[in-house]
Amino acid sequence: MTTTAVAGHPVDVNEEGFFLFPDQWSEDMAPEIARAEGIPELTERHWQVIRFMREQFEKHGSGPTVRVLGKTSGVSVKELYELFPKGPAKVAAKIAGIPKPRGCI
Amino acid sequence: VSKRIVILGSGTGGTLAANRLRRHFDEDAVDITVIDQDDRHVYQPGLLFVPFGLAHPDEIVRPRASQLRHGITYRQAAIDRVDLETDTVHLLDGSTVTYDVLVVATGSSLATGETEGLTGPAWMERVFTFYTLEGASALAGAFARFDGGRVVVNVVDMPIKCPVAPIEFCFLADWYFTERGIRDNVELTYVTPLDAVFTKPIASQRLANLLDEKGVEVVTEFNTALVDGEGRKLVSYDDRAVPFDLAVVVPLHSGANYVGRSPGLGDELDFVPTDEHTLQAKAKPNVFALGDATNLPASKAGSVTHFEGEFLVENIAHYLANEPLKAAYDGHANCFIETGFQKALLIDFNYDTEPLPGHFPGPVGLPLLKESRLNHLGKLLFQWVYWHSLLPGRDIPGIGSSMPCAGKQRGREQVRREAMR
Repeated sequence: MTTTAVAGHPVDVNEEGFFLFPDQWSEDMAPEIARAEGIPELTERHWQVIRFMREQFEKHGSGPTVRVLGKTSGVSVKELYELFPKGPAKVAAKIAGIPKPRGCI
Repeated sequence: VSKRIVILGSGTGGTLAANRLRRHFDEDAVDITVIDQDDRHVYQPGLLFVPFGLAHPDEIVRPRASQLRHGITYRQAAIDRVDLETDTVHLLDGSTVTYDVLVVATGSSLATGETEGLTGPAWMERVFTFYTLEGASALAGAFARFDGGRVVVNVVDMPIKCPVAPIEFCFLADWYFTERGIRDNVELTYVTPLDAVFTKPIASQRLANLLDEKGVEVVTEFNTALVDGEGRKLVSYDDRAVPFDLAVVVPLHSGANYVGRSPGLGDELDFVPTDEHTLQAKAKPNVFALGDATNLPASKAGSVTHFEGEFLVENIAHYLANEPLKAAYDGHANCFIETGFQKALLIDFNYDTEPLPGHFPGPVGLPLLKESRLNHLGKLLFQWVYWHSLLPGRDIPGIGSSMPCAGKQRGREQVRREAMR
């Protein structure tokens, strides 16, 4: 665990940069995290996914997988990859300030 | 007044739950009905061996009804939906069954239609799965005719049943082509959506080393968008391509279809949201679930189902007696991982503790995370244990339902994590 600063706020992240405490996140941090992930500007479509990730996390305690995102977020898997080319579930989780999706076992 | 327990599904979970419940309750106190749509109980761990001629399809299938104890009603019918409000199961033939307690044990189903191209013209010709009896049998024929080229083993996405099975498949393929003297003509590639070979770090590293030693190439973070059977390639959503001459694909998994037709019962993938420790479904207090049908963050594996069985039965008894449930299940799982050449690894873990090296179940026992002949024999013997001990719902001597720690080497990281809880 390390403490870093995002948009001027101190936050705790794991070794891969995922938030450990989603409560430390606020919307003004998203653009800065996105730029570090190679997404220069967040469009309304990006925000649709980011807000959906937050809702899902609050409901289920874990971020959704790409497949669940494609079925339920209103954004197709193909478009999800256009929005977050490095991997929608992980990158959108990071920008949304929720822990790394635990995947499955 | 006698109570009625209805169990949906007569695979590993439904069968062992029914048998355990039957032993627990007197026949005049509780009526037990099990419903499934066919009479073929497949020993699923055996599917891994069929493509390599190490098991014959007939050897791993038995009738469902004969695995159930006396005093259990078996009904062969397809399920239309469950009405949670009226505690009623609607069957496709139009009849209904009411229950006091419902146990959902209908496992998972393969969503082959969700992946573009998977069931196209090359399906069962050049593109196969070993997750069905038909697929595993067809693959046996294709492997016997195969004399060289690129074999790709692809997991489309998690969750899947027995997450180590595709890796075991790679190990066995390496052994099989070596035995046939054509290993040098075969390129083996394992293609996974994960960022590593497996989800648990220590086991993942061990398995990655083994794949490397056996000359299996690994492609990670590959989310399959298209299986192009005619173009002989897998294509990912981020436009990478992996060419193949023969593809072995583990399709997407969902819960049973009727779950999706039962308002409130399942999640977006038709798995049943279930309490991790009590096995009570989130939908309603008189609904319980076990095995692959649940959304638990545990492996979809027979060992998990077996360990859940004991706690499921206890909690159904508590529920019927109006007592509080016990949050007892710890996510315990263990599996033999066949590594080829008559050897296997063993891993043992739960929700909180990843697979660790050491011995199981105690300091003198089977080696963990280490190849050995003893583990291979264990895996072979397990088929007997499955039919004669696990399905009848008996505890396996020396192996408790909660995870043992005695024989394990615990890393510094593990000790730290335990201290933080």
